[in-house]
Amino acid sequence: MSTKGRAFDPRLLEHARGARGYLAVTVGLGLATTAFVLAQAGLLAHALASATRGTGVRALAGTLVALLFVLLGRAAAGYGGETAAMRAAAIVKSRLRRRMAEHTLALGPSWLAGQQAGEITTLATRGLDALDAYFARYVPQLLLACLVPVAVLARVTVADWLSGVIIAVTLPLIPLFAALVGMYSKDQTQRQWQLLSGLAGHFLDVVEGLPTLKVFGRARAQAEIIRTVSGQHRSATMATLRIAFLSALVLELAAALATALVAVEVGLRLLAGHIGYETALLVLLLTPEAYLPLRNAGAQFHASVEGTVAGGRVFEILDAKPQAPDRAPRARRGSTTAAPDLRGEPLVLADVTLSYPGRPAPALTSVSLTIRPGDRILLSGPSGAGKSSLLGLLLRFAEPTSGQITAGGTDLAAIPVTQWRQQLAWVPQRPYLFAGSVADNIALGVPGAAPSAIRAAAGLAGADDFIMALPFRYDTRLTESGLTLSAGQRQRIALARAFLRDAPLVLLDEPTAHLDAVSAQQIMAVVESLAAGRTVLLASHRKHAVVGATGIIELRHGQLRADGPALPVGPALSAGPVGPALPAGTGDPAGMAIG
Amino acid sequence: MTDPLVLLLRLAQPLRARLLLAVVAGAAATGCGVALLAVSGYLLARASQHPSIVAITAAIVAVRAFSVGRGVFRYAERLTSHDAAFRILADVRVAIYQRLERLAPAGLRSFRSGELVARFVSDVDATQDLVIRGIAPPFAAAVVGAGAVTASLLILAPVAGLLAAALLLAGTAIPLIVVVADSRSRRRTAPGRGELAASLANVLGGAADLHAFGAEATGLATVNAADALLTRLARRSATASGLATGLTAVLSGVALWGVLVLAVAATGSGALGRVPLAVVTLTALAAFDAVSPLAGAALQIGHAHTSASRIAAVLDAPEPVPDPAAPRPLPSGPVRIQLRDARVRYTTDGPLALDGVDLDLEPGRRVALVGPTGAGKSTVAALLLRFCELSAGTATLCGHDMASYAADDVRTLIGGCPQDPHIFATTIGANLRVARPGATDEELADAAGQARLLPWIRSLPEGFDTPVGAHGTAMSGGQQQRLVLARAILANPAVWILDEPTASLEPETRRAITADLLSVTAGRSTLLITHDLECLDQVDEIVVLDTGRVAERGTHLDLLSAAGLYRELWDAHTSRPSRA
Repeated sequence: MSTKGRAFDPRLLEHARGARGYLAVTVGLGLATTAFVLAQAGLLAHALASATRGTGVRALAGTLVALLFVLLGRAAAGYGGETAAMRAAAIVKSRLRRRMAEHTLALGPSWLAGQQAGEITTLATRGLDALDAYFARYVPQLLLACLVPVAVLARVTVADWLSGVIIAVTLPLIPLFAALVGMYSKDQTQRQWQLLSGLAGHFLDVVEGLPTLKVFGRARAQAEIIRTVSGQHRSATMATLRIAFLSALVLELAAALATALVAVEVGLRLLAGHIGYETALLVLLLTPEAYLPLRNAGAQFHASVEGTVAGGRVFEILDAKPQAPDRAPRARRGSTTAAPDLRGEPLVLADVTLSYPGRPAPALTSVSLTIRPGDRILLSGPSGAGKSSLLGLLLRFAEPTSGQITAGGTDLAAIPVTQWRQQLAWVPQRPYLFAGSVADNIALGVPGAAPSAIRAAAGLAGADDFIMALPFRYDTRLTESGLTLSAGQRQRIALARAFLRDAPLVLLDEPTAHLDAVSAQQIMAVVESLAAGRTVLLASHRKHAVVGATGIIELRHGQLRADGPALPVGPALSAGPVGPALPAGTGDPAGMAIG
Repeated sequence: MTDPLVLLLRLAQPLRARLLLAVVAGAAATGCGVALLAVSGYLLARASQHPSIVAITAAIVAVRAFSVGRGVFRYAERLTSHDAAFRILADVRVAIYQRLERLAPAGLRSFRSGELVARFVSDVDATQDLVIRGIAPPFAAAVVGAGAVTASLLILAPVAGLLAAALLLAGTAIPLIVVVADSRSRRRTAPGRGELAASLANVLGGAADLHAFGAEATGLATVNAADALLTRLARRSATASGLATGLTAVLSGVALWGVLVLAVAATGSGALGRVPLAVVTLTALAAFDAVSPLAGAALQIGHAHTSASRIAAVLDAPEPVPDPAAPRPLPSGPVRIQLRDARVRYTTDGPLALDGVDLDLEPGRRVALVGPTGAGKSTVAALLLRFCELSAGTATLCGHDMASYAADDVRTLIGGCPQDPHIFATTIGANLRVARPGATDEELADAAGQARLLPWIRSLPEGFDTPVGAHGTAMSGGQQQRLVLARAILANPAVWILDEPTASLEPETRRAITADLLSVTAGRSTLLITHDLECLDQVDEIVVLDTGRVAERGTHLDLLSAAGLYRELWDAHTSRPSRA
């Protein structure tokens, strides 16, 4: 990861509008804190020195009241700084999270297929929490580390130039040591981070595999292995932490020795009468403050690394480019190039090849075929043969690497994606149900559909009966944790969606793959009625599932092998919009069904 | 129930010595900081009286010693407390694992699966905050605070009283206040985070549907709603966090001011000299460094509390299948299993998963269990593997109640391939040796050969040492099933349970693996649970389950002619019209 080990990533701030206010507040409070630090030391030194000379409380009232205000001001700045920082972290996290969700969704299914959805989810929740410490501890300290030492140095130099010189000479040692230690430890830290995540994964792996281990009587013995692995985990972590703590110790010692040097030097000159008591006290109180923010920033180095690593991973995702960009010219959007009506226009794939970046073999190679209105086509072949890729092209999840897809003579690439998809309905292997009511889920493709229309669609999909048996019928909320529907019921909701969408082209990807034989049979009967009057492409490895299809396309290793009954090989795949030529005696010409 | 934090602290007991060391080092580091400022004050105040250099030599040495000591002790404290925390972490992890081991798989049902298992891992990690920030800093604060108050008492009693009161408030009342202020948002943060993770996973999983239906905005709306809630909670927690910093600073500021006023007044009245004035004021200034981290730590420990409760819930969960006090030794000779009127309920008020099932597994006989999803097939497997208990009826092993044997012993006789077998993120060889740790290379090769995995393994450059990736992702579905079959061959139990060994495979692979399964299990007692009705003419008996009951039983030909549920499943399976 390129950003790993970098202490500060300005993009984290750029990426959030709300952070600008935070930065202003942090800078403002940083300046205020600097002023308060100087004032507090000055007032305290003055009060102590005056009291020593015999000045009473009454005479010192002005100083004391001012000191009280300074102390309260410092507290207020602390409150404001912490709150602002944590809120900024919340805002940045929220924005990054939303952008990430939006962007990953926009990148589309073909990009997501190469990712681990679990990793993105973890990054969006726990991963981004690393930004709390980054914004609340590291950034303010970094800012103070720029302001306070300079101000303190100036103030001390004005009061006592010799102490100022000592501070000026020793102060740069701290960032210098930090850089040296950082250079030495960077590689090792990175190696340890990798080791740590590997070990955490091991525990998860064993816990997930518990039933298997129990069957083989190996579960109890694993406790010892867990203990050993945890021991390794500890030594690895401690090796990393030892470096971090050691670097903090070096900074601490450098600061401590410099402070002690100043204290002793001032003490000796005070003894000799070369410097006043108040000035000596002021220098004593101020000197540690010069080193404090640098030490703190050093101690928060871990927070900075974790924050930039999490941020870096987010930016990697946000920088990813979609594989199927909407290349339709903006000017045409919504105006002249309306998508051709697939009810009357054929869809032609001419010599289409599709390669995914990073994969050696193309997913589809020189596929040519014509899909005419009313066709019912079965797409068969083993998994990995390119069935889903072909459907993905028609869904415009990907663009052909070479070749062309046209609808009624118009290149698909010239049609805005959203308009194109309005002509499609889609029934996947595992339909997506979002947390919302059953009705909202059915109306996914037709927001604001009338309840009667929703119920009619559910009825056609054979879903009305079980929906009416749910606690709140069509208003029952489907949530991740609560209500669970069977695979067959979910599939019926997906089919109801397709009925309601009433699109001329229906694409189905293994809609029965996860169903037992009886449910599969019922679902295919619904698919048959959905097919009436529409163009249908059904991907399935159950070849026997479709007896009455107008065409069967068989894919092997991304290449077309047409061998359906009475189907010519080549581009003209189907015999016509209505009457597919079927071998005599094979069932019902309108169906693709199983009876 | 004891508080979950107390429960965890009890696990920390064996490390008392290390923790004590951390407390001592922490107190010494903080004490050095306070002493450094106090002695520096003494040094300057004494020097301003222009005594001989001898008078301040000791102070000069002390300043140097304390400044070095502070850094070194802080380093020692961090090192020992982190080391202790990670040692405790290992113990917690092992304790949790041992408990999960007793609970799995039936007892984990109430914790739901997947995501929560992953959460256990991070819950355990979260407990380190408890040790690092919850033990050494408060003790160190108490020790240093007491020391500072005592020192002040020797100088000026009212100052000591004021300091004691302020330190006590900053160390106890303020942490309490901020924890209470944060409690509502803290309680709701964990569920809110779960909600966000679920909605995001859902949207990413359903990306294809959302695009296809042009409903991207609908999907994102669910993520944004979850995010809005979480962000609102985070803003509220931010206020609590600010309060922790602000209140501590107000208290320490007011206290310092009070000390200064008292000390200046005492100096004015001649009760206090210039040296004690400087010492007592600077002591008060530094003493608050000991208590100022406590309020923030309390907030973090509050959040660790949520994790600790989840850990406690696991440690306190009742064992689903407890072993008998004096387990019966395993019988020798052929193994016979009988289920009579077996009933199983997963929750006390839930529906019956099995409702009066009779089943006989005789030596050398192969029985197939079929039926629609949810019919109770896997419950039978769980029952035989002692993963769940009967709620009524009997289950006997060689004539004795199965519950009278130790569950681990039963599983040495009854085994094979459970539902959703796990493939570990290690090598092919190590995955096979799960079934028999001492297996020789020849035995591995032999088992892999019978499972028809050997040619593929031999074709790999690293052979049996090839890593298979998390969940075996580097292998195809068919190869995974063959690996699972090879494991069963290696384990070679007396009774084989094969739960859906060909689920989610393509027809060609499925046919090939089913054929191999049947040839491997020929002559062995086998219970084959399957959706796949092909080749079932080779088994001795087919039991058809429907909603927990036996709908039919008999051979393949018997059942086909019976025209019942089996016939219906068969017709659907072969896609022939049932009502032709």
